[in-house]
Amino acid sequence: MTTFDLAQAPLRELNQRLHNAPQGHWSIVHPDGRHCIAAGVDAPIDIEIEGHVGYYCGGMNKQARISINGSAGPGVAENMMSGTIRVKGNVSHCAGASGHGGLLIVEGDASARCGISMKGSDIVVAGSIGHLSAFMAQSGRLVVCGDAGDFLGDSIYEAIIYVGGSVSSLGADCVEKEMTAEHLKSLAELLSASGVKADPGRFRRYGSARKLYNFNIDHASDY
Amino acid sequence: MSSQPPLRPSATFPLDVLAEIHRAADQGIYEIRGFGTKRKVPNFDDLLFLGASMSRYPLEGYREKCATNITLGTRFAKRPVELKIPITIAGMSFGALGSHAKEALGRAATEMGTSTTTGDGGMTEEERQSSKTLVYQVLPSRYGLNPDDLRRADALEVVVGQGAKPGGGGMLLGQKITPRVAKMRDLPAGIDQRSACRHPDWTGPDDLEIKIQELREITDWQLPVYVKIGATRVAYDVALCVKAGADVIVLDGMQGGTAATQNVFIEQVGIPTLPAVRMAVDALKELGMHREVQLIVSGGIRTGADIAKALAMGADCVSIGSAAMVALGCNKAVHVEDYHALGTEPGYCHHCHTGRCPAGITTQDPQLEARLSPVQGARWVRNYLTTLMLEVQTIARACGKSHVLNLEPQDMVALTIEAAAMARIPLAGTNWIPGVNTPI
Repeated sequence: MTTFDLAQAPLRELNQRLHNAPQGHWSIVHPDGRHCIAAGVDAPIDIEIEGHVGYYCGGMNKQARISINGSAGPGVAENMMSGTIRVKGNVSHCAGASGHGGLLIVEGDASARCGISMKGSDIVVAGSIGHLSAFMAQSGRLVVCGDAGDFLGDSIYEAIIYVGGSVSSLGADCVEKEMTAEHLKSLAELLSASGVKADPGRFRRYGSARKLYNFNIDHASDY
Repeated sequence: MSSQPPLRPSATFPLDVLAEIHRAADQGIYEIRGFGTKRKVPNFDDLLFLGASMSRYPLEGYREKCATNITLGTRFAKRPVELKIPITIAGMSFGALGSHAKEALGRAATEMGTSTTTGDGGMTEEERQSSKTLVYQVLPSRYGLNPDDLRRADALEVVVGQGAKPGGGGMLLGQKITPRVAKMRDLPAGIDQRSACRHPDWTGPDDLEIKIQELREITDWQLPVYVKIGATRVAYDVALCVKAGADVIVLDGMQGGTAATQNVFIEQVGIPTLPAVRMAVDALKELGMHREVQLIVSGGIRTGADIAKALAMGADCVSIGSAAMVALGCNKAVHVEDYHALGTEPGYCHHCHTGRCPAGITTQDPQLEARLSPVQGARWVRNYLTTLMLEVQTIARACGKSHVLNLEPQDMVALTIEAAAMARIPLAGTNWIPGVNTPI
């Protein structure tokens, strides 16, 4: 295990070493809310961050398995390509924004715009999420064990949302859809992979009504 | 017998306005089109150069050097971008353009020692292979954005807005969302794609500062980071870009083009390039950052004279988009029957959004695209860029300048009061700059 103390050495040195490391197990101490910790890692390494992080922790992550033993600021796991990022605490807004692959797990709550613009990643939130989550979500899966705030899935494309609790309101073109056996299986696999315990049977599925894919004057009020 | 009285057109409801109201009543949607603003606005044509005279000496056309090289990204990047000419090719997406057009632009830029820029569709292999210096855009849509392409780019450009539609996101209609385009953008094929108008993970300049830091961390601080803005509140925006840590600011005036957006956006939002350049240079000078943070100007750059004037006003470089399309054959009188089928004529076409470009440029249709050979297209663009630079150097030498960046506002006069006020250059024959001094 390699330990890096951000109170003793700069972030630039940490990220450069992580970018150069083909393998290994890292412990990062005293993150103290710094931004961009472990951004741009591209190797199958394990990283444990002991404390709270600022913006964009794990941004554009590829292959790495990152665990944040605290809470995370805006944009955690933004544009993630693969690998896993687990946040033991809560996350701020835009968590998992524009992710293309990989799995983001939030053991606490997420704020507004969770999964905004997601493009194929998976997100599992054990708690609740804020408003405008999955806004313009293109593909991938968002699982929320708790409640979802207003305008869930506004302008959604082909991403799938599973919510275990209540939904304050749905956004434009987002509708409840049937939970088939295939979806239950997919959800169960995601929950298992994330280590979050929940009964798939109590979830509801949401997705695109596809009325806004091509302009139709009769749907103009939905814009 | 009295003759038929002449027909009297209405200035309030001219023919084009009548036609547009009829169209809106028929279709129930705003007009969507490509190209840039068609209305007349004050522009570089309203400025003239003062050449050599008794009080200024020219340089010889052949023997005396007039250099054109520039460096972009000197503020923070470990690897600034070195260009042989102060003209770059602006961001235009694969999707809006076909792959032949992107390749042609890359080949021409490489020959001329300059750069091209990706667009809303991400980086294609054709462009990366053909373009020696490639600027990779980070847009609100984030289509195709990935760290591998980030790292193999030569510079990054965070797009806040563009001149054709400041405050609007990208648009690509269903007929151009082919399976290849759809796959690159992670979208279903055939939909009318509308990009977000704001970035998903940052909003204001304080967030942008952190976002730029993230991009630098991911690329190990190697690459310059440009920030592109549409010309609106230029003074504030330029200052905020500097504060956010931009190496280079790309400023796109309202004449800037697009492949598809609402006509009302193109014609009614943003300010002309002429005042925008002056406001940007003022803001940079006020911060002591002129030439430290380089300024690239775009939006209606057509000729060597336009370029020379932008440089004389304090820009470090210009970028061309629409003009590069024209060099590739846009609006050329070839395949005229296809222009007619679109309801237009060569010289008037703005139908990039249809995907039925007669020149094979802004299309994904293989039959149309085959009309544009990347090799021939590259030759045309290279010739056009060469002509532009010869014109710039002709003007610069006539003003006695050994480097094109030495051109200065004092080398120019204005032809109209509006241009004098906007550019802060005296009206020809006077020393009057409206708002600055009283005419003698």
